[in-house]
Amino acid sequence: MNMSTKPKLRIATATLAGCFGCHMSFLDIDERLFDLMELVEFDRSPLTDIKTCGPCDIGLIEGGLCNAENVHVLREFRANCKILVAVGACAINGGLPAQRNHLSLSMILEEVYHAQHGLVDGFIPNDPELPLPLDQVHPIHEVVKVDYFIPGCPPSGDAIWKVLTDLIAGREPELGHGLVHYD
Amino acid sequence: MSQNSNTPHNKNQTTFTLDGKTIPFSEGQTIIQAAMAAGEYIPHLCFNPEFKPHGSCKICTVTANGRQTASCTQQPQVDMMVESDTKQINDERRALLQMLFVEGNHFCPSCEKSGDCQLQATAYELDMMSPHFDHFSPNRPLDASHGEYLLDFNRCILCSLCARASSDVDGKNVFSLAGRGIKTHLIVNSKSGKLADTDFTGDDKAAHVCPVGVIIKKRVGFAVPIGKRSFDEHPISATPHPIVKGAI
Ligand code: SF4
Ligand code: SF4
Ligand code: FES
Repeated sequence: MNMSTKPKLRIATATLAGCFGCHMSFLDIDERLFDLMELVEFDRSPLTDIKTCGPCDIGLIEGGLCNAENVHVLREFRANCKILVAVGACAINGGLPAQRNHLSLSMILEEVYHAQHGLVDGFIPNDPELPLPLDQVHPIHEVVKVDYFIPGCPPSGDAIWKVLTDLIAGREPELGHGLVHYD
Repeated sequence: MSQNSNTPHNKNQTTFTLDGKTIPFSEGQTIIQAAMAAGEYIPHLCFNPEFKPHGSCKICTVTANGRQTASCTQQPQVDMMVESDTKQINDERRALLQMLFVEGNHFCPSCEKSGDCQLQATAYELDMMSPHFDHFSPNRPLDASHGEYLLDFNRCILCSLCARASSDVDGKNVFSLAGRGIKTHLIVNSKSGKLADTDFTGDDKAAHVCPVGVIIKKRVGFAVPIGKRSFDEHPISATPHPIVKGAI
């Protein structure tokens, strides 16, 4: 088939409660980005700065859910993406942010904004524009159906490339030894 | 039943089949012991060839003549047909692993054991891409009281190897499993419940048997960088058990 007439797949990406490390790792596919751009175009993503997600073929989610806005974005992606992929440890099991899960949220806010040395007049931010934090950090599969997972902190550029190229080619993604890492 | 099974001088020729391969066994061996001796891998966690089997994690489940059984406790019979590497059994093993992951707090990126951990390596082996279930996020404080060793209970899979090593080899009884069912947990046997108040030392067998990252030697955690560890090099199915390797 003539590639130029084949419509490009649309991909959206987002970072929720993550550190952008998975996005940086995505950029580690280096010059393969040029090959990728022949096949796909980007919708909402930190790479395009588009703010809302339209209908897409593939959505990549980095990070877990630590506040109400994360949940909103995740639902927007699920509603618009045919295939939703959890990328990285935080999207898959909450990762580092979820290490607060055994502590009460009020205790954490108290510690961070009141109790610490030098915070005599500290106050807990309450601007209505700030999304409300959740009592615990959740991986995304606890809230929406997730089709595929790329584990790793972060997953290597090669692992992300493998899953993307499998999906674009219509194959069932498979990682195997060396590409599957939880660390 | 073939004649060989009862003839002592022929006993090395008694065999069963594992996924179609002929495996020799001798009297008293379990399925997993005979399989390991023949260089075949059956996924397992609470089994360690140096210790009496515990039969608790069920990761080693196989079907023997069509019936599911733990291969670390089941002895083979002559010509028994054992199946291990099937889709159905591997799906069930993966579900068991996923339950182990969500019951504890397993943050591999910051775990000293990552890359050398049998739970993680078995999950890689069985293509576990996500924990699937909802996380329990239990609250399990660390015990850093001991000068040389740290206990991170968040990663305990209740295999009892430390307890077996401490009582059977070290003669000390430092660790026990307490509680029942979902409330089962690992305890340290001292009045304070702290490791520092036991006679535990780094020379104990119990210091070296944990298949996951609970019993951690302090100050050496990341001496070998992540990415250069045993199961980064080879999958667990191709890594002989250290003890079996030593024995050969
Ligand atoms: S014990 Fe194993 S599975 Fe658990 S966090 Fe450590 S490396 Fe990961
Ligand atoms: S501490 Fe390690 S060896 Fe002991 S029961 Fe827990 S997982 Fe097993
Ligand atoms: S290895 Fe057999 S039950 Fe755990």
